Amino acid sequence: MSGLVKKVDGITRESTQAMIDKALEAYPEKGRNKRAPHLAPNEPESGSACVKSNRKTVPGVMSARGCAYAGAKGVVWGPIRDMAHISHGPVGCGWYSWGTRRNLMSGVNGVSNFAMQMTSDFQEKDIVYGGDKKLATLLKETKELFPLAKGISVLSECPVGLIGDDINAVAKKMSVELDMPIIPCNCEGFRGVSQSLGHHISNDTIRDYIIETREFAEPAGPYDIALIGDYNIGGDVWSVKPLLEECGLNVKATWTGDGEMERIAATHQVKLNIIHCYRSMNYMARVMEEKYNIPWLELNFFGPTKIRASLRTLAERFDDTIKAKVEAVIAKYDAIMQKVIDEYRPRLEGKKVMLYVGGLRPRHTVGAYEDLGMVVVGSGYEFAHTDDYERTTPEMPEATVLYDDASEWELEQFVHELKPDLVGSGIKEKYVFQKMGIPFRQMHSWDYSGPYHAYNGFPVFARDVDLAINSPTWKLVKSPF
Amino acid sequence: MANDLGLAVKPVTGISVEDEKRVYEWINSEDYKLKNFARQALVVNPAHACQPLGAELAAHGFAETLPFVHGSQGCASYYRSTLNRHFREPAPAVSDAMTEDGAVFGGQNNLHEGLENAYALYKPKMIAVFTSCMPEVIGDDLTAFIGNARQKGHIPKDFLIPYANTPSFSGSHIHGYDSMLMSILQTLTENKAVEGRCTGKLNFIAGFDANTGNYREYKRFFKEFGIPYTFLADISETFDSPNDGTYRIYPGGTDLGEAADSINGKATLTVAPFATSKTFVWMKEQYAGEHVSMPMPIGIAKTDAFLMKLGELFDKPVPKSLKAERGRAVDAMTDAQQYMHGRKFAVYGDSDYLLGYVSFLLEMGAVPHHILCSKGSKKLERELHALLQASPFGQKSEIYMNRDLWHLRSLVMTDPVDAIIGDTHGKFIARDAKIPLFRFGFPIFDRVNLHRRPLVGYQGVINMVSEICNKFIDIKDETCEDRFFEIMR
Repeated sequence: MSGLVKKVDGITRESTQAMIDKALEAYPEKGRNKRAPHLAPNEPESGSACVKSNRKTVPGVMSARGCAYAGAKGVVWGPIRDMAHISHGPVGCGWYSWGTRRNLMSGVNGVSNFAMQMTSDFQEKDIVYGGDKKLATLLKETKELFPLAKGISVLSECPVGLIGDDINAVAKKMSVELDMPIIPCNCEGFRGVSQSLGHHISNDTIRDYIIETREFAEPAGPYDIALIGDYNIGGDVWSVKPLLEECGLNVKATWTGDGEMERIAATHQVKLNIIHCYRSMNYMARVMEEKYNIPWLELNFFGPTKIRASLRTLAERFDDTIKAKVEAVIAKYDAIMQKVIDEYRPRLEGKKVMLYVGGLRPRHTVGAYEDLGMVVVGSGYEFAHTDDYERTTPEMPEATVLYDDASEWELEQFVHELKPDLVGSGIKEKYVFQKMGIPFRQMHSWDYSGPYHAYNGFPVFARDVDLAINSPTWKLVKSPF
Repeated sequence: MANDLGLAVKPVTGISVEDEKRVYEWINSEDYKLKNFARQALVVNPAHACQPLGAELAAHGFAETLPFVHGSQGCASYYRSTLNRHFREPAPAVSDAMTEDGAVFGGQNNLHEGLENAYALYKPKMIAVFTSCMPEVIGDDLTAFIGNARQKGHIPKDFLIPYANTPSFSGSHIHGYDSMLMSILQTLTENKAVEGRCTGKLNFIAGFDANTGNYREYKRFFKEFGIPYTFLADISETFDSPNDGTYRIYPGGTDLGEAADSINGKATLTVAPFATSKTFVWMKEQYAGEHVSMPMPIGIAKTDAFLMKLGELFDKPVPKSLKAERGRAVDAMTDAQQYMHGRKFAVYGDSDYLLGYVSFLLEMGAVPHHILCSKGSKKLERELHALLQASPFGQKSEIYMNRDLWHLRSLVMTDPVDAIIGDTHGKFIARDAKIPLFRFGFPIFDRVNLHRRPLVGYQGVINMVSEICNKFIDIKDETCEDRFFEIMR
């Protein structure tokens, strides 16, 4: 951060507030009153979040939010590759979240990785009589058919909590019987207000059932770190981990992208935790700090400016050997990144972007767009908390609009008003804006591309932003007749 | 220490390459297949989703209709994103975002507030309400809740709100489609039956069909015949809308007035006996005119039967143009039969589709070797059996009802086939078995525009023949020794 407040021509607090008020006009009074505190012009120097967040979704407004199960299965547990993840309940939840997040993983499918849809496929009788017995049988079958799985997570869907099943008792009993960790995760979709509680619950289960149950075979070293909150979307971990290794660090575990339960379980032995997605993993970072005195650093691996600053912050925690290596790495990649910027920036200079995503991206990617000469004119999160917005306001230009748990109605109104050159959001929003003729990139899944993290990711990011904005197809949208 | 399970602390060992290799070989074995088929509780890679997904698809088929999930908001996001990914189109739907307090007090307040907001923001003419797990488990009374919403003024008294109970722990997406469709038709046609009135039209239902090309193909048939029609639950414009720079929340769907008048139709025809079974029973009782439920017109024989039935219902001969089209499709089949004859296939999918694939393969002299439905029925099994028995190419086929794609993997690895027909989820088996996957079903997440090319009718036959045969020829070109690589194929 330069410390300077960024400004955008034509955007003032008054203009943004007027835009917000106009969007809110369509709501019935009660809905309007509930939504109003979630929308605000940014005040970078206020030190405050500007908007309210982590509240219940207003019924009927077309929210993009997911649920606690989605946060547990899709985000935290699902990417751990050496475990079987059971979607416990009816067939749908596991089916919808089957391979759709793009958390890539190494290993052989069905042998040493389990990126599959494993479910107890609840039927009416399971609702009536309970599913605990079925779960016990299922766990045995899982162990028999997938013998290399190091553990099993049991991820509850809505009915499980409603019918009073005791998956914790089943897990405990079967863990001993099968001699493997079986993790009960009470992440029913009705809990909390968004996927966020699913992250928290999953972090708590890692704390209660996983951490400290393994030890690294090799002796601890001074450069042992863990990479927390990188989910390997489109291969992000495979870009960040080698970079950290090039800087001389030993990445002992990745949470949870391409993650291994065993390594996660031994993470209490590392010297430092690096956290990328703060929202989904800060809980365990804090636990490890309190319990094992492992400090943690929040870093940003999007775009050369933020990567450079992050690596230097990281180097501060280590000796001169690492500091020297980090400087060498920065010098090496700065030159390469400059070439990328030289290629794309002329075509992207001054282009406006609106973001609406989850986790960390509404703030962490701002710098990467700025590296390409672009300006972010609106940003918001599906499931953020106050501390996320506090971290966002300094990154965003003065008076630009912030929106929390935005409804599709609001996004549409803001886009009509702000006329961005690119919208970065999710699959549910993608085609809405593309029908308007507005270039769009999915910023949860990297739109089937990636990686976007670290130095290997930035050229891909830059290319994708360029191809979206400068595709000749957009010019064909208006018919000549 | 944080080890609530009481297990001993172990060293990190990872998974050795040897173990990985050993188990990889084992999962391809007969021994594994036996164990895999002995599963009682665990379901792995099922080829079906839950009821509300189908309900949403049905709702999208009606003009200015907003699908509304009564339940957790995450459910709505899952259904919507599934449809977005398959069609690469918007799928606007809302939920009333029930949370923990809903479990205690029921979801009435959420429903009421949700209806009020959705009505104000998205200005629908109809809101189609369907349920996900939570209200089904706690026993919310939709009839009472919606009645109260009207009484309390959350929604205008005469506003159209069909609603369906679509519990995810029973049936699959096709059953949710059926329930929602029936409720929509019941709501729209209430008091609309007029004694002696006949619209002269065909009421047509395609079922849970996520191929917009099929919808356009059906319409073309009706046009060729000159048959006036009402296409009920018509998703073709909803999920294949033009990009002209304007986003329209309701770009298509059956006109509500027309759908209301469908009860006075001349004939009602569904080509989804499985996905519209409940709806059809109700329509038979309530709808004027003739009622026909027949298989999806996939393959020559089923298309012939379909067209002849249209002719019979409307007392018209099958148009010459369609007869010529039939001839061209048969020509395509005879020209290409050598590339498919005797080739073995593993096929899986929804019941209505499955019967079509099997019928088509047998017509080509191909062998539908493993046939699997992860949510099948005795009726489906009987009908598949009858098809197989009638053909010399179906004598050695096996039918697997209520099995999943992990079972299918065992079948394909122990008793190999040349190709798979199914949806995107079959790609892991195809990769392991090094055979092609033909994406004819739903969903297709990993190829573009396949939902736009019809599989029904004679054009559908040509499309399937081309896709399958050309792929086999591609494989030959890609894998043959240089000395066998030649111009001719």
